[in-house]
Amino acid sequence: MDPRPVAGQTERELFAAELGDYFALLKPRVMSLVVFTAFVGMVLAPGGLHPVLAAISLLAIAVGAGAAGALNMWFDSDIDAVMGRTRNRPIPSGRVERGEAAFIGVFLSVASVLVLYLVSNWVAAALLAFTIFFYAVIYTMWLKRWTAQNIVIGGASGALPPVIGWAAMTGSVELLPVVLFLIIFLWTPPHSWALALIRSGDYDRAGVPMMPVAAGHKSTRRQMFAYSVLLAPLPVVPTLIGSASIYYGVFAAVLGLVFLERAWRVFVVEGEDYREREAARSLFAYSILYLALVFGALLVDTLLVRLGIVG
Amino acid sequence: MSEVAAVSENGIQLNEQQKRRQRARSIAIALILAAVAVLFYVITVIKLGPGAAVERPL
Repeated sequence: MDPRPVAGQTERELFAAELGDYFALLKPRVMSLVVFTAFVGMVLAPGGLHPVLAAISLLAIAVGAGAAGALNMWFDSDIDAVMGRTRNRPIPSGRVERGEAAFIGVFLSVASVLVLYLVSNWVAAALLAFTIFFYAVIYTMWLKRWTAQNIVIGGASGALPPVIGWAAMTGSVELLPVVLFLIIFLWTPPHSWALALIRSGDYDRAGVPMMPVAAGHKSTRRQMFAYSVLLAPLPVVPTLIGSASIYYGVFAAVLGLVFLERAWRVFVVEGEDYREREAARSLFAYSILYLALVFGALLVDTLLVRLGIVG
Repeated sequence: MSEVAAVSENGIQLNEQQKRRQRARSIAIALILAAVAVLFYVITVIKLGPGAAVERPL
């Protein structure tokens, strides 16, 4: 069952491979996005948490996100096994057992929430607990296989990390973290559906009602553009409410226009062939860069304003 | 994991690969426990401040 050759592996290689399989359960790519956006939320917050405690808070948020990922892999191992993108994950490939993944998910969930409560405050801990519950139970166990709106509603869990980061520093939630939440929330549909357009056959085989499968490609492309229209102006809001400089605002506006242009190309493409996949691939790749640049620019802008370099 | 362990009169006998996997997991758990212990030590020291446990009123 184990596809990896074991004969000839040294003890150290085996140990690294074993550890790598368990680490893969935590969905490191998703975790890196969570860490980055939560970190931006923490830096933007006017908080006075000890730097080491702030770092441990960030670690707890990352582990919490990883725990939710492990629970997702535990529950979804049946559909992961039939989709090309996911069939090499640790459980469907037979490298980790389902029970182990479930235990790791539950254990890390409880541990991460408790540690976040100990080092920061109950607001942040409660938000992290809600995020894990929303992703693992509401999205994974309920929405994903039931409605084409799965990633729209479920996207809330991916949008919460900057709010948790802010709350860890301040013990409260204000307008700016809510704007950060909305940016990721509205970014999720065009981002996820671009991937779904490229991989719609996968979801069809697995019986997951992703939008292209449930409502058709044309409707998906229209909805992607609608969400992009809502998303594009949102990153400018921090400038409008006085939380970021005009330089950031102009940069965010330009990024939004490029996003709109990519979404438009997906919207107007004819047919469901390679041209659609090319346009969707272009939007998908840009959407990742877009989120990184918006949050990165906000981070740099905040630091420059605090240092007095930018007014 | 997916290989079948041999059952003898002395109980279940793990094969070589299973033994190596078990050893790798044991090391991983030991490292995680050590990291958690260090983590809680650091949290305690920072939360209370150095020497706070000694200086607190009885």
